[in-house]
Amino acid sequence: MPPKAADYCVVARMLVSIKVRYFASLSEKAGKSESDMAVSRTLKVSEVWRLDTGGIAMPDNLLAAVNMEYADLEAQVYDGDEVAFFPPVTGG
Amino acid sequence: MNVKICYEPFDAWEEIRQYQKAFVDVVGKYGATSLFIGTMRDFNEGETIQSMSLVHYPGMTEKQLHKILVEAGQKWKILDALIVHRVGEIRPDDSIVLVAVWSAHRGDAFDACRYIMEALKSTAPFWKKEVLESGQQRWVEKNTDGYRKI
Repeated sequence: MPPKAADYCVVARMLVSIKVRYFASLSEKAGKSESDMAVSRTLKVSEVWRLDTGGIAMPDNLLAAVNMEYADLEAQVYDGDEVAFFPPVTGG
Repeated sequence: MNVKICYEPFDAWEEIRQYQKAFVDVVGKYGATSLFIGTMRDFNEGETIQSMSLVHYPGMTEKQLHKILVEAGQKWKILDALIVHRVGEIRPDDSIVLVAVWSAHRGDAFDACRYIMEALKSTAPFWKKEVLESGQQRWVEKNTDGYRKI
């Protein structure tokens, strides 16, 4: 007897890969300049900070970018995205 | 409109000379050139500064600078604009940044140059780390508002 469709049901757990980068004083604070995360769901920018830094308190003046564009800490991060954290800029 | 990140010291006047040499379309059209050159001081916040390390976010920095130039082009009638910015180890008297704007009339050139410079100071991802006379190092925490009267 041929198997039923349900027998073939496979639960595929999708992994969300996120590249995280830290600049200037924040790379010293985080103890790294970049890392690669693999999580089972999409995250908010603030959650990326919390999980990847191991819960280091978020600086009040924290700035973030997703795929090299300024982003809100509540913005959603998707598979393949690059998230960057940095302090206020001081160029020029 | 162009953006250039320099990993070695640059001569701002030479950058302008070379950039203008390549002008084709705007020759005879521009009547105003406005320039801003930022130079490293040997003092900051009451301390003597020996040198400085300037880091950036490769990719985002260029993207943000281009965005600023496009915004300036939407606000003022500019014919061309150039941003040159240094990164790496910098010593007092080295040029840090050059902003040049070419337009038909001075109003647009002055205002766009100022806008580009202030937008760069507040949004372009660069960070400075100073080396004090004592050898101690510190990150510069924020830029001042250029429109604020001191």
